[in-house]
Amino acid sequence: MRLALAFLATTFLATAAALAAVSDAHAETPADFLRTYEAAARQDDSGFTGFSAQRGEAFFKTTHGREWSCASCHTPNPTVGGKHAKTDKPIGPLAPTANAERFTRPDKVEKWFRRNCNDVVGRECTPAEKGDVLTYLMSLAK
Amino acid sequence: MKHPKRIGYLALLIAGVPWAGPVLADGDRYTATDPTWKAECGSCHVAYPPALLPAASWRAVMAGLDKHFGTDASLDPATHARITTFLERNAGRERGAPAKPPLRVTETRWFVHKHDEVPGAVWKSVKVKSPSNCAACHTGAERGDFDEDNLRIP
Repeated sequence: MRLALAFLATTFLATAAALAAVSDAHAETPADFLRTYEAAARQDDSGFTGFSAQRGEAFFKTTHGREWSCASCHTPNPTVGGKHAKTDKPIGPLAPTANAERFTRPDKVEKWFRRNCNDVVGRECTPAEKGDVLTYLMSLAK
Repeated sequence: MKHPKRIGYLALLIAGVPWAGPVLADGDRYTATDPTWKAECGSCHVAYPPALLPAASWRAVMAGLDKHFGTDASLDPATHARITTFLERNAGRERGAPAKPPLRVTETRWFVHKHDEVPGAVWKSVKVKSPSNCAACHTGAERGDFDEDNLRIP
């Protein structure tokens, strides 16, 4: 009986540890994303001098030779909810200061940057552009 | 050209997309679900129940996700494979001679027939915006519930 309990306890602890490891591997903070983009931006350009919230805001709010800007769906105020420009489906606030879920999952973040940059800019965004936009989003008060 | 949309539907009726419509087990309620499908296909629009299109249509939709009705909806290969399998398994039954599969639920003869009593003004309402916006009137669409009892025209 004692042996069985010890076995159960060990299994439970091992599972809990494995789950914690998995969630740690995926959970990141907006600052982690900035560090990753910064390292990549430096690699692209040795003269890189840092991200700019002002550049990010301009990138976010203007169109890039196509129909939509980021703000078309996320609104010019990313601390509030937006809606899909075509389907009207509600979109939660994009700024991490207003929505704790934002910029915590690398797979999700890269998926949406890939898709939305293709729609808005017609290509993938550079690490410098992503860093500028994220810096802008992180600078917004709730 | 007073009613281009209606004429379009009429043309579709005549052309006869060879898709008679889904076979429903329980009224107009769709129960097939999958968390990945729900999350991915439901992030920009209602996750359209797989029974609403035949497997050939879903395969065609999934093959063109990078240009999905004007937007990039591309997926990583593992997610893409999982969703394709789910859609194929739960797709509607194909009837009639094989032809070009419809890509939009709203293009199917079944959809047009089901909505032939809807006045033109409803489709033009800013709250509806498009016939593909199921949830504008079908208040239970997010749950797969398309029962007429839960229908509310905005």
